[in-house]
Amino acid sequence: MNATAMAERVRRGETSARFLAEESLRAIRARNEELNVFLHVDEHGAMAAAARVDDAIARGEDPGRLAGVPIALKDNLCQVGVPTTCSSRILEGWRPPYSATVVERLLDAGAVPMGKTNLDEFAMGSSTETSAFGPTRNPLDPTRVPGGSSGGSAAAVAAGMTPLALGSDTGGSIRQPAALCGIVGVKPTYGLVSRYGLIAFASSLDQIGPFATSVADAALLLEVIAGHDPMDSTSLPEPAPSLVAHLDDGVAGRRIGLVRELIEGADAEIVTAVERAASVLEAAGATVVELSIPELRLGLSAYYLIAPAEASSNLARYDGVRYGLRVTDEDVTAMNEATRTAGFGAEVKRRIMLGTYALSAGYYDAYYGQALKVRTQMRDAFKRAYRDVDTLLGATTPSVAFTFGSKTNDPMAMYLSDVFTIPTNLAGEAALSVPFGRGEADLPTGVQLLGPGRSEARLLAAAKVLEDVERGS
Amino acid sequence: MTLPEGWEMVVGLEVHTELRTATKMFCGCANVFGAEANTNVCPVCLGLPGSLPVLNERAVSMAMAIGMALHATIAPSTFHRKNYFYPDMPKDFQISQYDLPINSGGYLDLPDGSRVRIERAHLEEDTGKSTHLGASGRIHGADRSLVDYNRSGVPLVEIVSGPDIRSAAQARLYASELRAVLIATGASDGRMEEGSMRIDANVSVRRNGEPFGTRCEIKNLNSLRSLQRAIEFEAQRQVELLEGGGVVRQETRHWDETVGATSTMRVKEEAEDYRYFREPDLVDLAPDAAWQQRVADELGPMPAERRAAVVGLLGEPSDAQRDAIDVVIDLGLERFVHATHAAGGDVAVALARVANELAAAEDVSKLTEAAFVATIALESSGQLSATQAKTVLADLIASGGEPREVAAARGFEQLSADSLGDIVAALIAANPDEWSRFRDGDDKLAQFFVGLVMRETKGRANGKAVIAELHARR
Repeated sequence: MNATAMAERVRRGETSARFLAEESLRAIRARNEELNVFLHVDEHGAMAAAARVDDAIARGEDPGRLAGVPIALKDNLCQVGVPTTCSSRILEGWRPPYSATVVERLLDAGAVPMGKTNLDEFAMGSSTETSAFGPTRNPLDPTRVPGGSSGGSAAAVAAGMTPLALGSDTGGSIRQPAALCGIVGVKPTYGLVSRYGLIAFASSLDQIGPFATSVADAALLLEVIAGHDPMDSTSLPEPAPSLVAHLDDGVAGRRIGLVRELIEGADAEIVTAVERAASVLEAAGATVVELSIPELRLGLSAYYLIAPAEASSNLARYDGVRYGLRVTDEDVTAMNEATRTAGFGAEVKRRIMLGTYALSAGYYDAYYGQALKVRTQMRDAFKRAYRDVDTLLGATTPSVAFTFGSKTNDPMAMYLSDVFTIPTNLAGEAALSVPFGRGEADLPTGVQLLGPGRSEARLLAAAKVLEDVERGS
Repeated sequence: MTLPEGWEMVVGLEVHTELRTATKMFCGCANVFGAEANTNVCPVCLGLPGSLPVLNERAVSMAMAIGMALHATIAPSTFHRKNYFYPDMPKDFQISQYDLPINSGGYLDLPDGSRVRIERAHLEEDTGKSTHLGASGRIHGADRSLVDYNRSGVPLVEIVSGPDIRSAAQARLYASELRAVLIATGASDGRMEEGSMRIDANVSVRRNGEPFGTRCEIKNLNSLRSLQRAIEFEAQRQVELLEGGGVVRQETRHWDETVGATSTMRVKEEAEDYRYFREPDLVDLAPDAAWQQRVADELGPMPAERRAAVVGLLGEPSDAQRDAIDVVIDLGLERFVHATHAAGGDVAVALARVANELAAAEDVSKLTEAAFVATIALESSGQLSATQAKTVLADLIASGGEPREVAAARGFEQLSADSLGDIVAALIAANPDEWSRFRDGDDKLAQFFVGLVMRETKGRANGKAVIAELHARR
């Protein structure tokens, strides 16, 4: 059952939030040991939240648009009192004294958070293999990764544990696992969803977004969490956009650009899927043109300077002084070093070193400064493209879900998993991945739709056209 | 202490002032001094994972007020992260302003007629406060360190002077004038003893006419006296070093108040690379013209102008009166002096009462200007003695009211001229020897009779009136 239908049935009294939460717990218990999706199942909190929804219904109140819908939270989102680790030893045991704005909004809308899902440590990775608590397995083929970094959230939805999940996308961490797990994932416009309570990886790129089994559910969840938040200075001033109401707008009259650089180097099946998506959109009334945005090729290099630079600063606070892991040593400096040496995994250390180097005196201009210039070029290039078309189309990933260990020894190969998704983060714009087609081993492939800031309604409507065709409806 | 002939010191000061906002710079926690440790904290000022800063607009207004008072240019600015590890800094970076500060350029004119240029006055956040338990009292060698994060995230403005100061006394004058300006803007309480104004001094020396020498930075000077002593010591140290054929190393030095000497904290080669970059969690700061105008409209006259206005009422003030004027201006109490002048009262008496009795009070909001002026008039006319006037003022400050009623309630009903005359006559009769010596011209004996009258009247008589009475009978 999808989230939209669940919430409607709960609101009509046809089922209860408690029942749905118990069903979700059953599904989690059935496969969590095998798949390692949830790092923490908040059974008590979930049942309490479900009870509040049921009580509200009993009092004749409306518990909200997500009444009784179980949802999984990526473990870099703070929920008061619930262990939050970022899949890192350094935060093990920490329970935040406050909740993220998105968590507050979910609870206000009647959703039932079931627990915290696995991710690459501090969201640095594309497979969940850098998690300090072991990788998550792809529910569609447990010998393969679910993608990352929001692999646990994607797997929770793909495995039917929860109909909805929240992830965060810094360079593709929602869209890539959505594609690899065969579900819908949206990276909203930077500032559309408050980051307050999202543990930062790279602040200027991070954005929280939804995972769902359908475009409609993703739209509903995004509407609930979006909109201005005074606690986040980079939050856009406008209220949440209207998305669900525009789901059936179609693509008639739209101009869609099929971007050469967004299929370059992808598996043949994936290129085929994107081309087929283009013809479906054309058949639905859009004009599709092929175009090239050469600047997109610079995205990966700029990203791997900007994101680590910000991360090196964001992760400085894990020093053993106030919370999380502390490895004692003879003085404060030695304690800082011992704590960080023991608490961070190899990928996190690699990026902290990269970022520290990129910001250092004498190297700043050549690395970080240069990357900022590329970022500006990227924004300008997108802007030019959007003068001619209103939506861009490409692949989400170069390949389907890959097997464990196949890229862990080659950071560059791993980084290339995000080559099609990174440019959107650098530009601060919107993009989504919708399941479309099949690739190697009959695994799902994702098609990516990209648009300028606040174009989510348009992207979701286009995704709905593809989804309808794929489902034969 | 002066430097040997042929030497000159070059000093620039970096003054950090905490802003008197109700809440901290990036969160809603109270900005107060002296609360129980770690009670005014929240996820934001503790730098908890996931928390984000939101800029306090009041802090921006105060920073602009400081800039305006220092004749600086207010420009669109940005925030940067200054990255370094320190346990009292919860994020292990400080949010500060770097290449684009809110205020740049400007100057401060000192009472001695000199002008010191201001390079910039930028916004940043304060750190927590560490207490190191152990023999050294410093982080190295401490047995245990405790951190209070109440101060973490308190808004600061750092005011950087040009290298224009040429003596320790001038440095002190600059700091004291800047303090007065900061208080006048309403942005700071200027309480150095509470750390709300802290000073770092950059000191170098050179032989007359030569280019600037290598400078040392003395950290965290927390009184005007320390500032002057530390600079004197440091300049002397550098001259002796150079005259002995040595070289000055660029380094950060610590001032030890008890020893009266500076010592090395860290040399420049060890200095950290702060890896400044734009704070991605904040947006650009560009106060529009209307906002700037609101700040300008709220800004009253600066101390130099206000001081001159009070000096003008006195003509040629004594040194003591100049000190009193400084106190009155610092506390913003000169309205009482002006009101006395406007009513034709005795300005000198008013100044003394404001600089002493009013200045000592926590809060003078219950004392109206009219009541103050009336009290001074009662004192000047002899209807209240100085002691009585002080008591009446204390009562008015504590509870408000009207001076005649307060005086009556205290039993300070005026001695009529007749009854004073009767008392004086009786005392003359009782002390014939002293009276004849006074009549023979020994004026000192006037005080003898005043004392007797005061004892007789339990202090209710006015000393001047008694002397007038004595002279009338001589």
